[in-house]
Amino acid sequence: MKRFSRLVTELDSTTKSSAKQAALASYFREADPADGAWAVAIFTGRRLKRVVPYKELRALASEASGLPEWLVRECHSAVGDLSETISLILPRPQKGDDAPERTLTDIFEQRIRPMQRTDTSGKARILRESWSELDADERYVFHKLISGNFRIGVQKRSVVRALAEAFEVDPGVMAHRLSGRFEPTPEAFDALKAPEGEDPGSDAARPYPFYLASPIETLLGTGASSTDTVPVETIEAQLGPAWGWIAEWKWDGIRAQLIRRDGLGSDSIHRAMLWSRGEEEIAESFPEILSAASELPHGTVLDGEIVAFEHGSPLPFQALQRRLQRKQREALLFQDVPVVFMAYDVLEHEGEDLRERPLSERLEVLNRLLDRAQSDLLRRSEPVEHSTWEELERARSESRERNVEGLMLKLADSPYRVGRVRGDWWKWKVEPYTLDAVMVGAQLGHGRRASLFTDYTFALWDRDPQDEAAALVPIAKAYSGLTNQEIKSVDKFVRDHTVARHGPTRTVEPEMVFELAFEGIQESSRHKSGLALRFPRMARIRSDKTPEQADTMATARALLEYHRSPPGLSR
Amino acid sequence: MAKLLVEPTEKGLWCESACVHVDPWRPVEAAVVTHGHADHATPGCGRYIASPETASILRIRYGIKAPIDELAPGEFRDVGSARVSLHPAGHILGSTQVRIEASGSVTVVTGDYKTDPDPTCTPFECVECDALLTESTFGLPAFKWPSDADVFDAVNRWWRGNVEQGMNSVVFAYSLGKAQRVLAGVDASIGPILVHGAVDNMLAPYHEAGIGLPETRKALVEAAKESAGRALIIAPPSAAGTPWMRKFTPCSTAFASGWMAVRGTRRWRAVDRGFVISDHADWDGLLDTVQRSGAKFVGVTHGYTRQFSRYLRDELGIDAEPVATRYSGEGESESEDEQVPSKQVPASGGAS
Repeated sequence: MKRFSRLVTELDSTTKSSAKQAALASYFREADPADGAWAVAIFTGRRLKRVVPYKELRALASEASGLPEWLVRECHSAVGDLSETISLILPRPQKGDDAPERTLTDIFEQRIRPMQRTDTSGKARILRESWSELDADERYVFHKLISGNFRIGVQKRSVVRALAEAFEVDPGVMAHRLSGRFEPTPEAFDALKAPEGEDPGSDAARPYPFYLASPIETLLGTGASSTDTVPVETIEAQLGPAWGWIAEWKWDGIRAQLIRRDGLGSDSIHRAMLWSRGEEEIAESFPEILSAASELPHGTVLDGEIVAFEHGSPLPFQALQRRLQRKQREALLFQDVPVVFMAYDVLEHEGEDLRERPLSERLEVLNRLLDRAQSDLLRRSEPVEHSTWEELERARSESRERNVEGLMLKLADSPYRVGRVRGDWWKWKVEPYTLDAVMVGAQLGHGRRASLFTDYTFALWDRDPQDEAAALVPIAKAYSGLTNQEIKSVDKFVRDHTVARHGPTRTVEPEMVFELAFEGIQESSRHKSGLALRFPRMARIRSDKTPEQADTMATARALLEYHRSPPGLSR
Repeated sequence: MAKLLVEPTEKGLWCESACVHVDPWRPVEAAVVTHGHADHATPGCGRYIASPETASILRIRYGIKAPIDELAPGEFRDVGSARVSLHPAGHILGSTQVRIEASGSVTVVTGDYKTDPDPTCTPFECVECDALLTESTFGLPAFKWPSDADVFDAVNRWWRGNVEQGMNSVVFAYSLGKAQRVLAGVDASIGPILVHGAVDNMLAPYHEAGIGLPETRKALVEAAKESAGRALIIAPPSAAGTPWMRKFTPCSTAFASGWMAVRGTRRWRAVDRGFVISDHADWDGLLDTVQRSGAKFVGVTHGYTRQFSRYLRDELGIDAEPVATRYSGEGESESEDEQVPSKQVPASGGAS
């Protein structure tokens, strides 16, 4: 535990990712396989369960520190992280030299596991015992482990690279080894050390690391925003002639990898497996796709998108979301929200890894596979025919009517890469909807933004703002899109223009106008305005606009009408 | 606010019986100034009362020409119908608390203070009183300072480690007070020390007061070249991320502040290291001061006023309430003092 907590401190003592990677690599090189396995599981975001609820943890910390609970809550809100708060307020450890030294594995097996199996008073006892054994830094790490939230500013990418460096394996190969399930056992850790090409006992369910496209706006250089328009001239100048590129619709669904391998299971559903981009197993939600996939030959891995789809065209994303929500996983819903797997790549065929083959070749394999499968649920994401960039731009302008997010551009002779590598895949999304809204409220952020007002509430006018009775109706909350410099200035504005406080939230004078960007709009009974925006974020501060120049609810409703039945689309 | 002999007004803390303002934030006729930070020292007043060191800072830093009545700590002065005296606050060089005695009652205004030792200023002295107006910048139990020895040990190890890797070490520290405290605490045998112009300007009052500080050079291009890869550079936080920093690449960066006790603020600052070096009292220091002062009433200003006064009331049974002043950081444009976290991000403040 000492060594692991030192690693966490080291990671915390630098902002340079190269230094973080070096610290991780040196840890993994020295680590006992059992501890190393736990560290890998923790750092790659394998979900830790919350063992002690925040409330109980706070109450116990209050008791141990002799501070009233309200004050512990105040400290929590100032510090922004309960694990850290508690390690700051507890009396300094009276740890003697004879205190047993526990390994990271011991902490899981002798502390956390027994805690999972006991009641509140048992948890309290183990927690007090642990506090007496651990120093301040170790306590912080321990709290993070039992509160089920171990985000400490280390990217999974750095972990993959550190392991690759430590065990002298190609980072792409290491990313693959870490894909899918990972049980924190010494065997699993040792398997990561195997030389390239000698992958011991590969799991039949293991996916490949996803290749991620880059936003085309980044062609404009750093600082470009997702609402910027990229001229076709720029695209042509940087990507070359359009004929070298394969274009596809960018589906508004769930990116997923569909795996069909023997050894997964025997009945029709269990012969295949579905992984989301976040490497969650999502098979349960889409049994009909698994059934369809069971007809594919052994050793097939497809990359594609799960899309809600009916009468030959996609449905809005919200429909799909309902399928993912656990409670409603009934047969009725499956019929209600029909889905398809829109395949656009094949990564493995007859057990062979195809990722180094050019895309055009992989697509031929994919076409053959899907032709043979003859399933309505496994569809080919058909290329968008074109010979010039202008044609593609025109196609892209039809995106909304088609219920897609825009276009994907893929270099025809490119391999399937690992992670977000710029150059071969681009997403050319349709420009988001925008509304100019007035900031009416603000809330303190979380984590490193806990001391700043970073989460804002925005409102639109309920009628013409010239009308004396005009009032602002909250329409959305947003917290992303601003630069740190802008956040500082808005934070100052909030502090200087607060009109009311309710706990961590403040009502502010309606003075600042923001351009909100969002991907969709729909009716909602849960919101006072009756509308809900999808992915709202701040595109820019409109300091050139007065609040009276902000948009009205009528404008938002017009967008809703458009979103629901765009002109030219017959249903 | 009958409990205190001072009350907040538009212009500052007004003391009726002495006819002076304490640390006014707007120009007034007569001002008692506790210390030379910008949110406590306002130029343009008719006359000033301050400790000799603060007087020197007022002249050097703000070019104040108005008469300054230099009152040595511990000496009494009859002002109006009150007796006024200054007592060391241990915050920065020259910093004092103000003791006001009138109509049989004693009020102490702490100004900013710390109870931990600091080689660059006279140690804090607890003054008994009937009513106390205390700051509470770090008035939460999450703030407990490590010992100076431990912190400077860490600073020195970091600097030495950077030298071994051929990197410069840049410490961001407020130019008046914190910068000099860092200078006094580091092991100058590790390498050359360079200072930003804003810090350099504030060394004179320290030299004048005979405070021992290691030798430093102004951080100009030439000096940066000569000591590349070994230097410790001390700069105000406002220098972070500016082109001025380029001449020190490659470098590791650190921030010296009480706020560094919290990981979140450290990450927000985007520095490699945060050293917990504060010129304000921590939770224990604040509580200790309140209790030792024997005050029957405690006004709480600057920082976690609501939380600290509630703790005094609910848990210790001391009559206490927040007192609104401008030192709480809001609505200010320039301050080098440690502010509530939102303000201590480098806004316009810093190097002048």
